[in-house]
Parts: sequence; C-alpha cells; structure tokens
Amino acid sequence: MSTAAVEPRLKRTWGLYEVYIGKKLVMAGTGVVLVLYIIGHLLGNLQIYAGPEQMNQYAAFLHSQPGLLWTARIVLLAAVGAHIWSSFLLWRDKRRARPIGYVKKDDIPASYASRTMMWSGPIIAAFVVFHVLHLTTGDVGLGFQPPTAGPTGEAFYAYENVVNGFRYPAVSAAYIFAIALLTMHLYHGMWSMFQSVGISHPRYTPLLKSLAHVFSIAIAAGYISIPVYVMIRFGVK
Amino acid sequence: MNLILHVWRQKNAKDPGRMVRYEARNISAHMSFLEMLDVVNEELIARGEEPIAFDHDCREGICGMCGFMINGVAHGPERGTTVCQLHMRHFKDGDELYIEPWRSRAFPVIKDLVVDRSAFDRIIAAGGYISVRTGSAPDANAIPVPKENAELAMDAAACIACGACVAQCPNGSAALFTGAKIAHLGLLPQGQPERDRRAVAMVVQMTKEGFGHCTNIGECEAVCPKEIKLDVIARMHRDYLHAAWTGRQKPGFREDQPAEEPMAGNRR
Repeated sequence: MSTAAVEPRLKRTWGLYEVYIGKKLVMAGTGVVLVLYIIGHLLGNLQIYAGPEQMNQYAAFLHSQPGLLWTARIVLLAAVGAHIWSSFLLWRDKRRARPIGYVKKDDIPASYASRTMMWSGPIIAAFVVFHVLHLTTGDVGLGFQPPTAGPTGEAFYAYENVVNGFRYPAVSAAYIFAIALLTMHLYHGMWSMFQSVGISHPRYTPLLKSLAHVFSIAIAAGYISIPVYVMIRFGVK
Repeated sequence: MNLILHVWRQKNAKDPGRMVRYEARNISAHMSFLEMLDVVNEELIARGEEPIAFDHDCREGICGMCGFMINGVAHGPERGTTVCQLHMRHFKDGDELYIEPWRSRAFPVIKDLVVDRSAFDRIIAAGGYISVRTGSAPDANAIPVPKENAELAMDAAACIACGACVAQCPNGSAALFTGAKIAHLGLLPQGQPERDRRAVAMVVQMTKEGFGHCTNIGECEAVCPKEIKLDVIARMHRDYLHAAWTGRQKPGFREDQPAEEPMAGNRR
C-alpha cells in the first residue's frame, strides 16, 4: 500500500482550473459538445429540402420529447456558459501578460482565424441570441407563426418560419455572416482542441488540421445553402 | 548601406522609455545585426551619448543571451536564427527598422533592449532537472534510450531560453519554453520518476510568473531560433493533465507549500 498522499478529487479539479491548461480542457470539452450540436442542428435544418411536411414533423417530434429537448437545451447552455467564462478568464490573463505592447508587431504564420477567435466567438454568440428570438420564441416577428393545437398534438410551422425569415435579405445576410465567423472559429478550434488536451502526433496532426479545415467549410456550405435556397426559390421581400 | 533605426530607449526599470530615431551609416552587408548596433554605439559614444544597451554573449547563436524585436518579429526576419547570427545582407539600403525589447509582464525591461528573464530560471528551478545520486559518471550505455526518443529529447533540449517565444506570442505565453524543458526530460528514462511532479511544478511556476495561455497559433514555433515544434506544448499539456488525473500532485497553486527539497520526486 502506497503511502503517497492523493489530493481529494474536488480540490484537484479546482486546482486544475487555476492553471490555463485546465481552462483549455474546459474550452475543448465544451467545444466538442458545441460541435456535435452544430452537426445535429445542420442535419435537422437540411430537412428543409425534403419539404414542409418533413421539417414540421421533425419539429413536432422534437417538441414531443420535452425531457430530451430540455436536457439538450440545459447541456448546451451550460457548455456555452463554461466556454465563454473560461475564454474570458484566459483573455483577461493574456491581457495582463503583456501590459506594454509593441510599437510594431508582425504575425508570421498565425492564420487570420486563429488570431480572431476572441472576436468571432462573441459575434457568433450575439447572433445565436437573435436566432433563438427569431426562430424559437418568435419575438422578432418577421411572419413567425407560433405552434397551434392540431388533431395529433401541436402543429409546428418551422418550414414556413424559416422561409418567411430568410426572404428578408438582411436576415439572410446576418445569418451568412455569422456562419462565416463560425467557420473561422471551427477552422482553428477543431484541431486546436486536440493540441490543448495534449493530443499531437507528427503524422496525424497535419491530417487533423486538414480535416478540421474541410469539415468547417463543409458545415458552412450546408448552413449557407439554406438562406440562399430560400431567397432563390421564394424570392426576396 | 545606410539604415534608419527606431530603437526603444529606457534608462532603467522605472523610466517610461520611448522610441528614438538613429541613422546607421556605412553598414557592411557582412556584419551581424549586433555588429551593426556596435557601429551605431561607437558613434553614440563618440558623440558623448549613452550607447544602446542590449544583451549578448557568445554571438554564435547558442547561448540565448541576445534577442529583441526587429520590425515586430522576434530575432528579425530570418527563420531559425538569433539576432547575433542575423546578417545585414538580409536588409536593404534605406530600410527602416523598429527595434524593441521583448514585451512581457514576466520580462521587465532593465534598460533599453535588456530584459530580466529570471522568470525562466525560476521555472527551471521549479522542476526542470532530474534528481540524481552524484558520484562517478555512469556508463553512457547503462540506461538504453530508444533512438527516436533520444532525437526528440535532443530537439527539445536545443532550447536556449532566449525568450523569443514569449516575445512573439500574442498572449505572452511561455508554453514553448516550458514545454521544451518538460518534453526534454519527459522523453528520457532518467526523467520518469519526477515526471508528474515536474509537469505540475513547472506549469504552476509559469502561471505564477504571469505568462499568458497558449492558443496554438504557432507564432513561437516560427521565431524559435532552435526551431522547437509545437509538439512539445502538447507533451506538456499531456504530462500536466496526466499528473492532475493521477492526483499525486495538486495541479494548482499551493500557497502553504514550502520550497520542495530536490529529492522529493522519488518519494512516491
């Protein structure tokens, strides 16, 4: 039996978070949750191409599982909260680390995406708030149709709401802009999360970077196709 | 060639400092950057002015003493080199150069381009060593080391602690330096007994010194005169998280903790 003292788990976890690597672990972990959501949400959204029936049924299906829906919402909110809080602490420490800046500073290999994570993040978060007010709660208006009681439970008008919303060029433009920033965020974040938790390999890390780039652009293409499709098919308002 | 220099002049740690414009005349393309500054300094001394203070020692690119920013890039525009090994042939007649010291809270300016890098010494003192029995040297082949590990450890050990990684990093992070030291010892069998303890102690010391975090953007790797790779940072993260997971070390700050005695690592 070893006599080595083992720190209690809670104390250890807290100690971990004091150092930037612990905060990065939270950034990476919550990043995985958010990426999974981004994939799932895209798969849901792409049903717009299957027509109003399919999309509205899918919306009704999600709302028929309040336990799952609310679990997902709470997990997402917690992940977003932890992601933002950790990034804020890291940003604060980074600002303190260089109180006097350079008169002249040049970046050599750092990609635009990697240097603007702290900008793309909050703008995406602001857009998500608008997006929820627009298509979930309907507070923005823009021809939003709230769910109505139907013969087989509530009827949802997800398809109509998306079409009505994206026919406004300003709404589509804001959406496309936010997705472009999301692409940049993922472009760096999706491989960076591996490095942060110590996963690096001379052969697989370059592959991982390429995969992150391809994946982030594929995600962007999927999302951006929707407002473009709506504006072409139904015309702009 | 003739050059226009904008150099950071600061009398002492308390002085706010400012950029001063100088003209460097009749500079030979064969000079090193430091020799160019020597020429400028001789002129300053002849005029009765205070010469520009900068750190230097071996001027062979291996001691880690020299280093400053040239046009916003640590050690200047050439890759894999220190300023003492940077030759004036890489510049053109009439170039305008901004010369500034490393900027970091943990590297306070002492004078002009000279900064205090003792924060690095304290990170090393926290765990960048192995505790060994002294006495006669062991046989070189007494402990087998795989060739690949020996090479990787050697690559990491090439770090000369010049501080360019910190200076170039937009976050003022010392992750490349600390990572290099942790990777170097963590790759060798002699470094294993204290591996967990080392990772925690050095990372915690690095945090206490006020260095920023790593955003994996690779600026440090680009300016490192010894071309140390970002992989060492992943190794540091891995070792640190492993130590935190196994729980033999508290992974954060220990305010109540006295300075550890050197042999503490073997006391599992």
